[in-house]
Amino acid sequence: MSIPVGHYQYDRIDRDFLQARIAEFEGQVQRRLDGTLSEDEFKPLRLMNGLYLQLHAYMLRVAIPYGILDSRQLRKLGEIARRYDRDYGHFTTRQNIQFNWIRLEDTPAILRELAEVDMHAIQTSGNCIRNVTADEYAGAAADELVDPRVHAEILRQWSTLHPEFTFLPRKFKIAISGSPNDRVAARFHDIGILARPGEDGAPVFRIFVGGGLGRTPVIGEELFDSVREEHLLATLEAILRVYNAHGRRDNIYKARIKILVQAIGVEAYREAVEAELAQMDLERYRLTPEAVAAIRSRFAVPLLEAPADADAVLAQQRREDPLFDRWVRSNTHVHRDPGHIIATISLKPAGGIPGDATSAQIARLADLADAYSFGEIRITHLQNVVLGHVRKDRLRDLWLGLSEVGLAEANIGLIGDIVACPGLDYCALANARSIPIAQKLGARFADTALQAEIGALRINISGCINACGHHHAGHIGLLGVDKRGEEFFQLTVGGRAENGAAIGTILGAALPEDETVDAIARLVDCYLGRRESGETFLDTLTRLGHEPFREAAYETV
Amino acid sequence: MKLFELGERTAQVHDVLVTLAELAERDDARAVLLESADDPALLKPYLNRLDLVVLRFPIFRDGRGFTQARELREYLRFSGEIRAEGHILPDQAAFLRRCGVDSVVLPKDGNGDPALWEKQLRQFPVAYQRSVLPERSVGPGLRVEEAP
Repeated sequence: MSIPVGHYQYDRIDRDFLQARIAEFEGQVQRRLDGTLSEDEFKPLRLMNGLYLQLHAYMLRVAIPYGILDSRQLRKLGEIARRYDRDYGHFTTRQNIQFNWIRLEDTPAILRELAEVDMHAIQTSGNCIRNVTADEYAGAAADELVDPRVHAEILRQWSTLHPEFTFLPRKFKIAISGSPNDRVAARFHDIGILARPGEDGAPVFRIFVGGGLGRTPVIGEELFDSVREEHLLATLEAILRVYNAHGRRDNIYKARIKILVQAIGVEAYREAVEAELAQMDLERYRLTPEAVAAIRSRFAVPLLEAPADADAVLAQQRREDPLFDRWVRSNTHVHRDPGHIIATISLKPAGGIPGDATSAQIARLADLADAYSFGEIRITHLQNVVLGHVRKDRLRDLWLGLSEVGLAEANIGLIGDIVACPGLDYCALANARSIPIAQKLGARFADTALQAEIGALRINISGCINACGHHHAGHIGLLGVDKRGEEFFQLTVGGRAENGAAIGTILGAALPEDETVDAIARLVDCYLGRRESGETFLDTLTRLGHEPFREAAYETV
Repeated sequence: MKLFELGERTAQVHDVLVTLAELAERDDARAVLLESADDPALLKPYLNRLDLVVLRFPIFRDGRGFTQARELREYLRFSGEIRAEGHILPDQAAFLRRCGVDSVVLPKDGNGDPALWEKQLRQFPVAYQRSVLPERSVGPGLRVEEAP
């Protein structure tokens, strides 16, 4: 078997480990069924293997480490959707996929099928170190300094069944990027890591700590500016050790690391971490160049060859086909190789459910990845799909192929590219349904020419204060609330997860679903009417302040 | 009380088990009980006379005991016995062992079956990170197994 492009290739040792994990889980299910394990004991154990109990059924969340899949793995996900679910899967904001209609008794069989393609559900939930996320353009983007995936894989391995950090106060999320343009929301993670080249050729890491969304949104603070590669794991161990010992365990809403960092201050946290490091045997925790090289050698690198006229061919096709041109404008990103381009495939069709894909679409995506991008697929934290290395002169063929299965929506980064949590349609925690309002908004702004005219504008929708739809980080954020049994939505504006991370501020009183859609349409009209040349929604909002937008939103209320 | 040994160190029974607060008053105490909120560094003045540190888990989800054990082994170089008691699960056997715990007080319910603890200790052939145990690399990368 050839080594896949973009992700780590398992060997026999890794596969034996995965089989042992499945056997362990099977034993746990058996002990639950025979009563040796109570439900309270079983729940955390099943969660740390990705199995939730939702409103109507079990949900299995499958890990996609750093968001990268090969076509063989993607096909397997499509087969699982067809055989064990209702013929679709849902890609999540943490670059994973979840299956919403799973039977408990099928889970061991599903895990075995996943293991056939080196996949699993390890640590996709539970109070442990979760699946590590990374830049969706890793190893492809022209603006990248360091490909973060080798270190993302190192973190995946290091955090897998960590003996000390599997029963943390609360879940723990790590994201890593190697670009100056933050595409991982580094400052909204428990730990955010930005890699850049160091003087000796090995990367150095800037580490943020204590960011997060949820009930208490906090922007992460810089803990260290330049951690050397050899000390990366020691530093993470020290950060986690302080958190495990001192994080609150009396109230789950106060248990994330962000609360501890806020309580003692980032300086005190840094001192505590340094005190740990001073006592640790750093040699024992050292990440050696040999270990990094060994893991790097299990990643294949794409052989990027394109005809000299690839760029000219693409330019010509764009001139001839305005629809294609519009898609290229919104759905592509500059590749480090001039003959290639990065294509983002929108899973946000107008009126559709954000992040959902049918088994037929999944199978087609796998075929297209084989044909156009070295069999490599990336899932983004905005619930879309990326083909990272497409030859420019073949981009139009890819676009035509996508059109055949309804995946050629030209709306990446635009108002139709909505992020929404599963909401009350699935989730036991939700106060409101996120999906119907996302569908209504998608339908309201279905015209892609209008979306292009509006420009960069992110809408994020959460069905409750746990904020899984990241509404705090949306340029426009919607939070579902329950008012005497009716679903209302609270509007926030001005959030952003990219560079210059900010938490949105509440615009005014919550509105019912249809009135919310109308209010957003008026917000957008207000922006279109008052923007100056070249301004995005956020630019105009920053210049004018909230007041004109508040007035517009609540005009008729 | 049924004890289960996770490693090579043989579990010892002590008649006198005191709390951290009582330790200064009891010169005869050779065994101390740490609650999960106790700071192991406070044991420093007493380490030479302690044979046993018992870590009490109020509930299996409270993972502070794992860090306490590592601090005892890695920072304080404690070479006596470390024991876990309270609400613990056999599913945690290897984690406890890898953090430096030698023995457990077996739970009185179905989780106290020694066969389950034995099985869990042998569940995984390798680990992906270093622990307090003597270990050697397995293949390239981060993977280790216990050195014989």
